[in-house]
This record gives sequence, structure tokens and C-alpha cells, in this order.
Amino acid sequence: MHRVVITGLGAVTPIGHDVPTFWDELKKGTEGVRPVELIKDPRLNQKTLGEVKGFDPLKHFDDRELNLLDRVSQFAVVCARQAIAQAGITFDGELADRTAAIIGTGIGGQTTADDSFRRLYEEKATRVYPLTIPKLMANAPASQISMYCNLRGPSFAISSACASATHAIGVSYQMVKSGIARAAVAGGAEACLTLGSIKGWEAMRVMSPDKVRPFSKDRKGMIIGEGAAVVVLETEEDARKRGADILAEVAGFGMSADAKDLTAPDVNGMVRALKGALDDAGLNPSDVQYVNAHGTGTTANDRTETQALKAAFGDAAIKIPVSATKSMIGHALGAAGALEFVATMLTLRQGVIPPTINYLGPDPECDLDYVPNTARDAKVDVAISNSFAFGGLNAVLAVKSYRP
Amino acid sequence: MSDVATDVMAIIKKKIRVDKSEITLDDKLRDLGLESLDALELVFDIEEKFNIEIPVNANEANIGGFETVRDVVQAVEKILADKKA
Repeated sequence: MHRVVITGLGAVTPIGHDVPTFWDELKKGTEGVRPVELIKDPRLNQKTLGEVKGFDPLKHFDDRELNLLDRVSQFAVVCARQAIAQAGITFDGELADRTAAIIGTGIGGQTTADDSFRRLYEEKATRVYPLTIPKLMANAPASQISMYCNLRGPSFAISSACASATHAIGVSYQMVKSGIARAAVAGGAEACLTLGSIKGWEAMRVMSPDKVRPFSKDRKGMIIGEGAAVVVLETEEDARKRGADILAEVAGFGMSADAKDLTAPDVNGMVRALKGALDDAGLNPSDVQYVNAHGTGTTANDRTETQALKAAFGDAAIKIPVSATKSMIGHALGAAGALEFVATMLTLRQGVIPPTINYLGPDPECDLDYVPNTARDAKVDVAISNSFAFGGLNAVLAVKSYRP
Repeated sequence: MSDVATDVMAIIKKKIRVDKSEITLDDKLRDLGLESLDALELVFDIEEKFNIEIPVNANEANIGGFETVRDVVQAVEKILADKKA
């Protein structure tokens, strides 16, 4: 078994199109859920979303390339390039043959699908664009990363709704740990802010009308966002041989299915994933110094996640700071787990816990330390990042500071 | 009983998950076995029937603040009246 370390991070988010900017804004508690610009249709009721504003694809790709890249793949490739540049790895030869590219996405190329269906159903067109299918397929972000970055090992998409990216990073960790792959470029990407998909979310009636207030009293739900994040995982031996700056070590991974309800969260399923991650990492609850929560801002998730943390961590739970990145960037579904994993890694590296913003005060059912509204300096050596998806699919990653 | 009440109750009756031949205005939605996803479908069916929008956020304790069948009927009647005005 190999120790698995992280040596590169990439992110495209509503509050920054690279990791340093994302981190600065996370510390400031910047509101990334803002008035909708991407969807211009009077039938949309939702007023705010977590849009990645000002993203210019032509800064990263030429026209010809963009014919093959849905917005979700653009985000993914940009993140992968950032992460690989930070890691300082050149992928060629045997290393390229044994490097995985595993990318979570809840939905895939939704903009392409929406555009195509609009032409057919609304504009009554008789034909659609020729590259519609390879742009919209859910594995396009993974495939595009494999091609742009010359990664020739195992590559596929993982789709588990809001847990997709966490599953992708977790499975990549297991592959590098076991030797199936030597390195992995893993994360998640989502770009589903289209009329068709957001009307679907409106119909679920789980979205807050204005802001996301995880764990707060008077919270009114989640809000959909978009973006991507990618990390480079490799064996400790390889990273040390290269003299790489090792950002952190992946300590453990736990996953479970509730097998109960398609949308309602379940304490037992969450607890099994949390305990699974701790067991895999060989950690005790009292070792954990920070939890990056799933924290969607819905009544049900935040109450259930609080119960699960208390059940899994016992007396330690009350002492552990828990914060929700989604308060700032919304819920980027299949990308969320990777965005939050990056935030968790930076918390370890930088000694600052990003806040849960928009917090109005305690809810009797949510009684942990949610780091309300203001970032906090804290020495964090062990942290976990939670993802609990529709479909009852749970995934939890544990990370720790790297010690040789 | 108003036509609205008759129509709303017919829609509710199709969704209930308990063995009950008749429902009344005083029946509580929870007692009729309507869980959260059923309630969402119920609201949608009523919106489609009357071509109205019922503002409901599933994060509220009782969906849309509706406890009884009467609450739903009254909400629909009010939305229809506001629409006419």
C-alpha cells in the first residue's frame, strides 16, 4: 500500500477562477450567490444562483477547441491544467500510462443538451449541431482532461449527484493507494445553470429565494451553483523523489448508501460514511479538528448532518468547528465535493477556517460550532469533507497534514 | 361545497396512501399519508389543474403551511380570486 499525497489544486468557482483567488474570497466570506445572468427567460422564478461570472473561454481555448467543449468540460480542463501546473508534473511515458483521470459530474453537458432541445422543440429546427453528443456526454470532462493533459490510465466519470466529486477523489485515492494507478487527476465539474435544469430545481421547491444560510435559524434551502475543482494525487514516493511541495496527505475515505429514500437524508447512512472514513484513516473522532460540512442550507440536510456528526463523533462533536462552503458559492452538485475538498486542504495549509456566511443565529436542532460569518485562525492538522447526495449516496474524505 | 373544493379534494384523493373512501376538509394531510415528495406532486397537480402558481418552499415545517385539506382549498381559492382581481 502506498501513502497518497496531494501536490496540486485547481478551481473555477463563483468567487474566483483560480485557487489563490478562491481562497482569499473564502476567508473574506464573499457572497458568490448573486443575481442570475446566465438564464434570460421570464419563466425563471429563481432570482439568485451561484454562477461563475466573467469566465471567458477564449482565454483558455480557441474557437476550434470550443466546438468540442461544453461549459462543464471547459471548467474541468482549466482546473486540471491549474492543478498539474502547481504539482509541476510532466505526464509522459510510463507515468502518463498509469495516471488516472476521474471526474465527477452530476449531470454532464447540460448547456449543450438544453441548447439542442430548445432548437428542436421551441424553434422547431430540423437538425441539431453535429457535435451535440460528444459535448453533452457525462464522461466528456474526464475524457477532455485525459486528452488535454495526456493521461492514459484509467479514466471515467463518476455520477452520484451531490457526492460525485467526493466519490471521484476517494476512488482515485484508493487506486493510487493500492497501486492500480501511480497518480490521478481527480475532482468534479458542473455547469447546469440552464432554464431546463433550474426549472426542475424550482419544482423540487428546495431552493432558498435569496441566500444560502447553512445550519442557521430561518434557513430557507439550498441554491444551485456551478464550477469545478481538480486535485493531483500521487504516491508519497513519487512526490518526494520529484522534490514536490506536498500539500497534504489523503488519510481515508468512507462511503455508504442509505437504501431508504430518494431525497430525504438519513442519519444512519451518513454515520456509516463518517465512521468509514475515520476507520480507513485510523483516526479517532477527537483527532478531527475541522469538518467541511455538506451543509446545503435545507432544513433536512443540516438537521440530519448535525445529528450524524454527533452520533459518529460523540462528545468530540461539540468541540469541532464545522463550516459550510456552500454558504458562499451555492451547491455545485457534482463539483461540490471537489470545491469543498480544496477548501478543506487550504484550511490545513493556511491555518484559517472559512466561515459559514449568512448565519442569522442558532437553530435548536443545529447546535454545533458552525464558524458563523467570520473566518477563524486555527491550527488544523486533520479534517474531513462531507458529501451526502440525493439518492442516499454518502461519501466522506479525511485529510491530514503531511508528515514524512 | 365549492367547485374548487371538489376538484382539489379529487386531486388529493388520488395521492393519499391510506385506505379511506372519503376525505373531508378537516383531514390532516399528514394523516392521509402524504409525505414530502407526494406533497410536491400534489401541489404540481393542483397548479396544472387551475393554471396557478402556489408559492411553496419544502423547507418549511408544513409544506406551504398546509396542515389540513381545507388549508389547501382556501389557498387555491385565494390565489384564484387574486388572479381575477
